[in-house]
Amino acid sequence: MVRGRGGVIGDFVFRNLTFFFALLVLLILGGVIVALIEGALPALTTFGVAFLYTEVWNPVTEKFGALAPIYGTLVTSAIAMVVGIPVAFGVAVFITEICPLWLKRPLATMIELLAAIPSIIYGIWGLFVFAPFVQSYIQPAIIDTFGQLPGIGALFAGPPLGIGVLTAGFILAIMVLPFISSIMRDVFETVPSILKESAYALGSTRAEVVWHVVLPYTRIGVVGGVLLGLGRALGETMAVTFVIGNAHRISASILQPGTTISASLANEFTEAVGDLYLSSLIALGLLLFVITFTVLAIAKVMLLRLQKQAGG
Amino acid sequence: MVLYARRRIANGLIMTLSVVATAFGLLWLVLVLWTLLWNGVAAITPALFSQMTPPPGSAGGLLNAIFGSVVMTLIATLIGTPTGILAGTFLAEYSRGSRFGEVVRFINDILLSAPSIIVGLFVYEIMVVNMGHFSAWAGAVALAIIVIPVVVRTTEDMLNLVPDTLREAASALGAPKWKVIVMVSYRAAIQGMVTGVMLAVARIAGETAPLLFTALNNQFWSTDLNAPMANLPVVIFQFAMSPYADWQVLAWGGALLITITVLFLNIGARALASWGTFKQ
Repeated sequence: MVRGRGGVIGDFVFRNLTFFFALLVLLILGGVIVALIEGALPALTTFGVAFLYTEVWNPVTEKFGALAPIYGTLVTSAIAMVVGIPVAFGVAVFITEICPLWLKRPLATMIELLAAIPSIIYGIWGLFVFAPFVQSYIQPAIIDTFGQLPGIGALFAGPPLGIGVLTAGFILAIMVLPFISSIMRDVFETVPSILKESAYALGSTRAEVVWHVVLPYTRIGVVGGVLLGLGRALGETMAVTFVIGNAHRISASILQPGTTISASLANEFTEAVGDLYLSSLIALGLLLFVITFTVLAIAKVMLLRLQKQAGG
Repeated sequence: MVLYARRRIANGLIMTLSVVATAFGLLWLVLVLWTLLWNGVAAITPALFSQMTPPPGSAGGLLNAIFGSVVMTLIATLIGTPTGILAGTFLAEYSRGSRFGEVVRFINDILLSAPSIIVGLFVYEIMVVNMGHFSAWAGAVALAIIVIPVVVRTTEDMLNLVPDTLREAASALGAPKWKVIVMVSYRAAIQGMVTGVMLAVARIAGETAPLLFTALNNQFWSTDLNAPMANLPVVIFQFAMSPYADWQVLAWGGALLITITVLFLNIGARALASWGTFKQ
């Protein structure tokens, strides 16, 4: 009985210890929310809702609005998704359906390793290698062709600077590509082979199996994976900061410099003078948090639903 | 027959596109690694590991930055690992099917992919503002907050893989639950848990954004954890954005060092994980 009581005390202590640390995870998130709101309060009370749709960002007159960074964040992420999703889908289809068995594991491992490379590496590469290349070859070509079209020409107007919204979006695409394709691959692997085999037995081609069996079965998971990638692209800092140009304005042309929420924070935070300036930057952080939290939460719910479905 | 030919052409087209997409994707990734290696190897000299970050125009190395990165990564791992393991233990062993466990799991997954710059802002608000200055402690705490969700997730996943029959056998012998967890579950899952910690270290080894407003940077050798401390990612950021050629070379060298560390940790973690499954 004495030894039994020792176990009871040990259990009580250990259970509550682990409970405390689990609670800590919630407290961290709560702390993040409280700290951001508290820091952002001066800016939000000064500018009100107008903060969201004002383009002015002037530290001298202390007038701040978040429209340019919000716009930049959304546009770079959109470019990253437009370029990244089809390529990631192609890679995932290649690995799960086409690739010979001996190549499957090395390729999958390689893509997962690439997803682990820190974003600052993509940033420094973008600045020194990709931006000069874009400036001398790609942008002149785009300006000469698309830039001359009536209507959409404005999107591709201006001098070739190398750095800018399009370059940043493309580097984001390269960065999220391994991430999205490895999730898509995981999700595709959950399709029971009996379903695919049945479709093949009925005479389907590979493309038809992917389109009519794999995709319908994994639809929720694919969208979840894409949203996880989007969450990452929205909050990505270093890959973008190097090449976006950090200009607080909205240009019609995607070849021109812009800024994103995270790039503004990285570039200006430690140099911000004045409480209102600092508070406005924290308010930007709060906005970013709200946006990514929403996207990630939706992604999580979708992936959980797929898990339940796969589990029966 | 016409229909069949059309389907075959469509199939060929889609499969070709998928191969092209793979080649296209891999091409960029190979290019990134290739230029990194090309520019980085030239910067790897003995001075890189033995001298301090220089003022522009003179020779130097990254010793203080390497030291700072190692110290902060170490402290972050020491804080984050026990926290993550205990929280993961709660999720796997004590909260099966409970509402609270589900909420913690969900929030943890969100923290796992939350933008790291937000973590930097958070630690700035709670530590830097209160202490009145940037410090290595703040940097380490910011990194620890990134470690925790990774370790929670892998610990929980690995403990869930431990068969219940092992736990039941230990309980049947009269072991209290905490002993079952510590002496049976942990032992069965230890390899996976170590893998998780290694992946977490790899994750923070190259993190830049959370250090920008916490540890800041320091041009000189400093071991004072209460003062700003140099670290590789922020030095790379600062040097790469500078107009000085010798600073840019050092940035490439630092970038190569970080990449090698991260890849090495990842490959090691994978090797450890697969070694475990072979042993079973």
